[in-house]
Amino acid sequence: MSLSEFDSYRPPEQPRRRRRDGPRRRGAGQGAGGDGSREMPMVPAPEFTSYYGRPVVKPAPWGHEVAAYLFLGGVAGGSALLALGAQLTGRNALRRNARLGSVTALGLGGAALVADLGRPERFLHMLRTFKVTSPMSMGTWILSAFGAGMGTAAAAEVDRLTGARLPLGPLRPVLRAVEGPAGIEAAVFAAPLAAYTAALLSDTATPTWNAAREDLAFVFVSSASLASGGLAMVTTPVGEAGPARRLAVLGVAGELIATKVMEHRMDPVAAEPLHHGQAGAMLAWSERLALAGGLGTLLGGRHRALAVVSGLALLASSALTRFGVMEAGIHSAQDPRYTIEPQKARLAARRAAGITDDAITTAG
Amino acid sequence: MGQLAGPTDPTADAHWEHRHARKGFFTDTSICIGCKACEVACKEWNQNPQDGDLRLLESSYDNTGSLGASTWRHVAFIEQGPERIEQARQSGRKLVSLGMPRVGPPEARPQTAPEDTTPPDTPEFRWLMSSDVCKHCTHAGCLDVCPTGALFRTEHGTVVVQDDVCNGCGTCVAGCPFGVIERRTDGTAAPRTKRGEQPGARPEVPNVGIAQKCTLCYDRMVDDQTPACAQTCPTTSIKYGHHDEMVDQARERVAELHAQGRTEARLYGANELDGVGGTGSVFLLLDEPEVYGLPPDPRVPTADLPQMYRRAGLAAAGMLAAAAVAFAGARS
Repeated sequence: MSLSEFDSYRPPEQPRRRRRDGPRRRGAGQGAGGDGSREMPMVPAPEFTSYYGRPVVKPAPWGHEVAAYLFLGGVAGGSALLALGAQLTGRNALRRNARLGSVTALGLGGAALVADLGRPERFLHMLRTFKVTSPMSMGTWILSAFGAGMGTAAAAEVDRLTGARLPLGPLRPVLRAVEGPAGIEAAVFAAPLAAYTAALLSDTATPTWNAAREDLAFVFVSSASLASGGLAMVTTPVGEAGPARRLAVLGVAGELIATKVMEHRMDPVAAEPLHHGQAGAMLAWSERLALAGGLGTLLGGRHRALAVVSGLALLASSALTRFGVMEAGIHSAQDPRYTIEPQKARLAARRAAGITDDAITTAG
Repeated sequence: MGQLAGPTDPTADAHWEHRHARKGFFTDTSICIGCKACEVACKEWNQNPQDGDLRLLESSYDNTGSLGASTWRHVAFIEQGPERIEQARQSGRKLVSLGMPRVGPPEARPQTAPEDTTPPDTPEFRWLMSSDVCKHCTHAGCLDVCPTGALFRTEHGTVVVQDDVCNGCGTCVAGCPFGVIERRTDGTAAPRTKRGEQPGARPEVPNVGIAQKCTLCYDRMVDDQTPACAQTCPTTSIKYGHHDEMVDQARERVAELHAQGRTEARLYGANELDGVGGTGSVFLLLDEPEVYGLPPDPRVPTADLPQMYRRAGLAAAGMLAAAAVAFAGARS
């Protein structure tokens, strides 16, 4: 785009290719009619300017694997809590199924995480450091500690299922002895496993995730609760699945409330991606499925077939929540508007409140 | 773990015993001529591969796009008409009236009339050029969130990736409030199908899958050499030296420009009270930062991490309570 008058003889420029649909405000370089090629708008353009509409921050290079891990990690954590409860209250089928479900989710989730690395063969480098400022590092240690306990407990279940055919030799009594403590150890790290992923997403410059930092953890633990409850409802006979049903219903209630509170407390512009496009559709369906699954659990949870259908709906709802939040964040990083407008607004608010010494732009 | 926000000496914060002076850039965009020699010198010295296919981006003379894994200097080009120039001048004047600290008495600035000034651009049109680079923040978001320790704070206060440690998790990419660091791809996503182009004609891309960004030429710095971009800059728009001296120079320069009536001049990153504790690379801009593709109020995400952990802990406790209720309800 040139402002030179000689360029008015040029053929009209092709509009730049847009990555997304929907209304977008113009970036700085695009003329607003100042070259005389068309009528000038009488209303001044909105405050928002950007560098040719290009993103300011970069989206995390995370694919569906990481979104899948957010879901699976939640399922693993919630299932470990169910397994511990079942262990303590003598519900053997629920304990076995929850442990096996947890370890399966954990294995799949861990594999997804490794697959998403730029250098998967270096995944053990995560264990070089223990770094409190990095939620990814904390998560790695939580995941490792959880995996150790849940792996042991699940190994005992597999051994029992196969009629003591695992080649354990003299270690079998040891495994039987540590299985209970291992289940407790896993449960200690279960809730942090479900919650830390919220800090992982929020501790970024990605506008939507960062703006959700106060309440995203509540959404995620609720989603983990309803998903693990749902999984146990699918795998376990209704007689023993009572606690799973209650956990699922509590999770649904928690998620519906936490999501509303989160959206209410977020910067309104940064919250927009949660309602638009693919992310908006996924989150809307997530809410519907959570409601349907929750109602199904409440009304027909004692009916085996209904319990299975409700459980599947809850699992799908949780997966959609994680994929939706992931997608909303990526989208918010790709559009400079979501970075620039909230930042300008908070800077202006601080200045209006009399704080004028903490801007990155200064006159000297 | 050092300080998460606020003014600090990053080298001391990283527990370096033998302290060197903090090094940094001062990029004075008012004398940038847009030659892109810095981009070329950077690519040559650091042996960075080509970024995707060569194409025209329809954004003035900028066909580089943005900073990225293989582009550690990026020259922005912005074309502006008289209205926008006047707006920039006003927004700069507003910054002065906010009473921010600066060098020189305020009365040194004469009453401005556009005719009195002798700006290098005509009032009808101006062409902004600015060479962007990694900010080497005092509180670096990328460094804070790196789980492997691949990113580290050097003895000169800069932030560098160790490419033999990084496993490409990508957390730093999202952690940077300026969108600088990026994970390098080998470009195979777009197969080369154009006529006459040989597959494999391009040299092999090094460090694929690893986060990459400006090192402030760490390899040159340890030998007391100037970084490639600053060394090659023909107009001294890119200056390199001790961080404190760079900030002082920047303050003098902005006062000088204001004295000429060019109130659109302002500094970016020179305030250690800002959201990233001040940047190692300071810029003199002639319009608002977002015009150049820079964030207007960046804040290192880790500054809020203690609060995020508190909220996550509370949520985890809530989940435990829900599980307890689920089983307690069963007994009754």
